[in-house]
Amino acid sequence: MTIAVVAVQGAFIEQEQRLQELGVDCIELRKKEDLEQPYDGIVLPGGESTVQGKLLKELDMFDTIHKQIQEGMPVFATCAGLILLAGELENDTRSYFKTLPVTVRRNAYGRQLGSFHTEQEVKGIGVIPMTFIRAPYISKVDSKVEVLATVEEHIVAVKYKNQLAMSFHPELDEDVRIHQKFVEMVKAYNSQSFEPLDEKIG
Amino acid sequence: MAENRYGLNKQLAQMLKGGVIMDVTTPEQAKIAEEAGASAVMALERIPADIRAAGGVSRMSDPKMIKGIQEAVSIPVMAKCRIGHFVEAQLLEAIEIDYIDESEVLSPADDVYHIDKTKFKVPFVCGARDLGEALRRINEGASMIRTKGEPGTGDVVQAVRHMRMMNSEIAKITAMREDELFQEAKELQVPYDLVQYVHENGKLPVVNFAAGGVATPADAALMMQLGAEGVFVGSGIFKSGNPKKRASAIVQAVTNYTDAKLIASLSEDLGEAMVGINEQEIELLMAERGK
Repeated sequence: MTIAVVAVQGAFIEQEQRLQELGVDCIELRKKEDLEQPYDGIVLPGGESTVQGKLLKELDMFDTIHKQIQEGMPVFATCAGLILLAGELENDTRSYFKTLPVTVRRNAYGRQLGSFHTEQEVKGIGVIPMTFIRAPYISKVDSKVEVLATVEEHIVAVKYKNQLAMSFHPELDEDVRIHQKFVEMVKAYNSQSFEPLDEKIG
Repeated sequence: MAENRYGLNKQLAQMLKGGVIMDVTTPEQAKIAEEAGASAVMALERIPADIRAAGGVSRMSDPKMIKGIQEAVSIPVMAKCRIGHFVEAQLLEAIEIDYIDESEVLSPADDVYHIDKTKFKVPFVCGARDLGEALRRINEGASMIRTKGEPGTGDVVQAVRHMRMMNSEIAKITAMREDELFQEAKELQVPYDLVQYVHENGKLPVVNFAAGGVATPADAALMMQLGAEGVFVGSGIFKSGNPKKRASAIVQAVTNYTDAKLIASLSEDLGEAMVGINEQEIELLMAERGK
């Protein structure tokens, strides 16, 4: 199994380290030619969404990755990655892949002084450590979206078809169970043909 | 400062990696920087090249001007305080700055002591010319390090020297026998546990950026190939002929810092680069401030 980590900016190395701990091979996507290699899943890491979104478009990678997500390739997104997937942003006019039918509020906890660490239940996994860095949260979800975790009444983790997205950073803590869940999604995708996203959203 | 808060502050620096942090003096410049792909902006009244030209004492910026920039952009906003001026740092914390740069670019307020950064909730980045300076700043509570370079000169030579120095000292410690680390800690004037961390991990315990004199996409890529985890660009952008285009080119060069073909094309038609001052022509060596 090979997982491609978008590596245009941000904490992509941390994602690779967690996945490698699970015995998964990783490649980095930095430019268009990198997309020609075979891979089974995509990780959209934390960082600055404005920078990542802009670079994906400028480096001519955006459309290919967009198509792969629409066709059902599993994708795992944290923080900035969640913003890139969101159907709508509550406090920003920018938009990116729009494949995940949720509304996201950027910098929802304020500036760095609002960053925090907590532990909370994630559906089907148990209590896990959660690190929020200038994090967004999900303010609205489509009825088809499965809510996996909430912190103080705000949704912070969701799954929709083959998209797993959260506003915190599981890659910054030692617990690999979220990454394990993603790896299982990729395995399931590899062993059966998955229905593509049929409707356009956003 | 709670252990937890220091961890969160180091982690914000991790999110900035692979990015470019740009000096801006107005909300308009901040917007240009954000649109060009800056991963954070440094709000200051005068960029280093102008501070150098104007001379005199240079201090923390007007909080109102910093707030204007905080309102203009959604990316993290940093600001500088003078070395040792813990009250300027308190004011920056009061307006909820995302990162404080205790910076040699401003006139030092204390020629002996740096700020005790462990007393603050907001994170600090500090400049360093070598491993000893870097570890001393980390011991004082810095959660991110950058090379000092020589700000406002457009000359990358000092940033290169500082990065190479740090790399070679790290390599030396990595290769040492464990019983040699005690003496090394004594020589670097830092606690043993920080030297032990470097020995075991072959890197600093915090993110390390390059700063000082970066003016072109090639300069930025040079610093990345030398091991920087990201780049600060000060005067290099808004002192150049076409700030928007240059900023955007530097951002792309940092992402694909080994792709010479791409960087060559990014370097075309950027307009005039900032006028540089050679090391020998400098009257004021800012990197000598705060050791």
